[in-house]
Amino acid sequence: MCARDPAQNPIAMNETGLRSWTDRLFDFVPQVVALFGALLVGAIMLLLIGVNPWEAYRAAFTGVFGSKNGLSDMLVKATPLLLVALGTCIAFRANVINIGAEGQLIMGALATTWLAVEMGSAAPAWLLILLCMLIGFVAGGAWGAIPGYLKARLGVNEILSTVMLNQIAIQLGFFLLRGVMMDPAERAAGTNLPHSARLPAVADLPRFTDIAKSLGFTQTAKQLGLDGMTAEFYGLFAEPTRLHLGLIFAIIAAIVVYILLWRTTVGYRIRAVGFNPAAARYAGFRVRAYVVLALTLSGALAGLAGAVEILGLHHRMFEPTSVSAGYGFSGIVVALFGRLHPLGAIPSALLFGALLVGGDKMQRAMQIPQPLVTALLGLVVLFVVSADYWTKKRATRIHVKREPTPAGTSASAGAAAD
Amino acid sequence: MTQELTVLAIIIGIAHSGIRLATPYLYAALGEMMAQRSGVLNLGVEGMMLMGAFAGFYVTFQTGNPWLGVLAAAVAGLLMGLIMAVVSVSLKAEQGISGIGLYLFGLGVSSLLFKTMLGTVEGVNGFHEMQFCVANVPLLNIDSTFCMKDIPVVGPIFFDHSVLVYGAFALVPILWFVLNKTTWGLNVRAVGQNPAAADSLSVGVNRVRYENVMLGGALAGIAGASLSIALLGIFQEGMTNGMGFIAVALVYFGGWSPVGVMAGALLFSSVNALQLWVQVLGFNIASNLAVMLPYLLTIIALAIPFRRAQQPAALSKPFTRSET
Repeated sequence: MCARDPAQNPIAMNETGLRSWTDRLFDFVPQVVALFGALLVGAIMLLLIGVNPWEAYRAAFTGVFGSKNGLSDMLVKATPLLLVALGTCIAFRANVINIGAEGQLIMGALATTWLAVEMGSAAPAWLLILLCMLIGFVAGGAWGAIPGYLKARLGVNEILSTVMLNQIAIQLGFFLLRGVMMDPAERAAGTNLPHSARLPAVADLPRFTDIAKSLGFTQTAKQLGLDGMTAEFYGLFAEPTRLHLGLIFAIIAAIVVYILLWRTTVGYRIRAVGFNPAAARYAGFRVRAYVVLALTLSGALAGLAGAVEILGLHHRMFEPTSVSAGYGFSGIVVALFGRLHPLGAIPSALLFGALLVGGDKMQRAMQIPQPLVTALLGLVVLFVVSADYWTKKRATRIHVKREPTPAGTSASAGAAAD
Repeated sequence: MTQELTVLAIIIGIAHSGIRLATPYLYAALGEMMAQRSGVLNLGVEGMMLMGAFAGFYVTFQTGNPWLGVLAAAVAGLLMGLIMAVVSVSLKAEQGISGIGLYLFGLGVSSLLFKTMLGTVEGVNGFHEMQFCVANVPLLNIDSTFCMKDIPVVGPIFFDHSVLVYGAFALVPILWFVLNKTTWGLNVRAVGQNPAAADSLSVGVNRVRYENVMLGGALAGIAGASLSIALLGIFQEGMTNGMGFIAVALVYFGGWSPVGVMAGALLFSSVNALQLWVQVLGFNIASNLAVMLPYLLTIIALAIPFRRAQQPAALSKPFTRSET
């Protein structure tokens, strides 16, 4: 078992139960500065390839916040980001570094597609959707349980095993999509693209516009005489956009994960195992079992993200890497930016949803090569993890001032106080 | 065509490709080993390799000199190593995650540079196979030119490679010597095992870590170049395709020793070569399952419970001098 030093633990400083809410709010300052730092370096890169960064960023901003389609795209992208981030929160709280959300998401998406296509219209819509989400949850969880078991029983570093399992999930996805799961129409046409058949329409997650219609919002913004941003916000819910119910599920999941981690014994033990495995073992907790549990739950949430993407957005499975679309990695950033707190992950997911959509819009408006967004995302990761340095430093200083403890132990003093 | 290949020829072919394909893994994994021995888990090897692959390819393409390409690749990797060191050593970021950031950054920047500076897939004529030939040695009674690759069996396996392949294998004893027989190597090991003790003996912990992460970066850069200049002769976006992550795993597999890492790289590349040959020979195995095989093998290898080698005690723990 690899036990990291609690003082270096990314979560340790967050754990101190003695700090006030306003005090914790200041923890976000270095991160926001880091985000702007990354955008600044991005601007330099834009300059180097001969693009006006001001115009590019403005195109990104108006692309996201200027219309209902931009806003709905942001929320649609925030949905899987939030679910993956919630899984990351659970894993990192147990001090398990799960890099495998990509693979777990793909496994969830594959399982969901398989079940929906197999069941067809045999079940009522609500039951089919429920079962599909459940099987996505379970498949992702199983894919997460593998590295969990390998770590707990055989001491295999979870960072490595999850990275390997990502590649295996991608190849497995291609194998299934080129084989048993391939759309019969695709095969008949001879195109042989690795795409599944379309899911039965009953398995589609309701879109916001469907819900709004059933609630009686049948008029468009124009008919109501709205204009400007009011019209766009009204249109976001009442007019046809891609926005679907998955967003609500993700927000509910955030609340559930919050309750799990902070209001239940299981959650307390997960955090205790992550914070100080030796102490947790001394307290009689089954440390290994909680490591497996944390990775399983973490994978299950990523699998749920895959299920929601299929049911709510794509309605069919295609190239695994395009379905996961890097959410497995960006979800980690979202979780870190939300300071590994399930509720902090909500605004963080919205922010990164905006960043991803903004990147797309910028790229299209300014003819910027697509990899720039990948590079920018990498920069954000580097800057945000670096910014933790100042957050930790500040937390240590305040903590030492409030509660004089022998030097060096200040980091772990607050653990038991929760 | 299949019938004409004898069993021996196939075995020679697999062994030859195995050694050849081991090159990028070996450079990258040996570099990563040095970083880990000093206590830094660098998960960004993939990004470093991609930057090296592009820099090496571009310079070779422009100048026609593959040596300048290798140099450029090493410098590109070194700079990536510097970024990693600033973030992970000085700013003490969680190394598993900063490595992912570096990977995304390297993937994005190398693809961006490729799109803006080249645009299309080009080819270069990089390193040729070395010719171990002697002409007219009267002592051995050899009149005509004699080449070592003409030796049966052994020749085509060992003496038909480019200089980068030999460079990779030469690094194994060199790094073993540096780690185990020099003061600097002792410092590296001390910093990885017990940074506080090393610090108390006035070894600059962070300085040693910077040196090793940057050395690892330079080697990862060369690993990328060996792929883009020597093995394939082209650059493509994301061409390393997970090799950097495998290199990290090979360090664990090899028990943090140069010889162990070499054994891992050879085993791994041989399986890869075997998989390629199986496909060439026309056995109908789905290619996706074959590609999956090396990753599966890596997980199994990591799970085999032989615990003779312990990881460096301070691996992935940033060093903070205690306040007392």
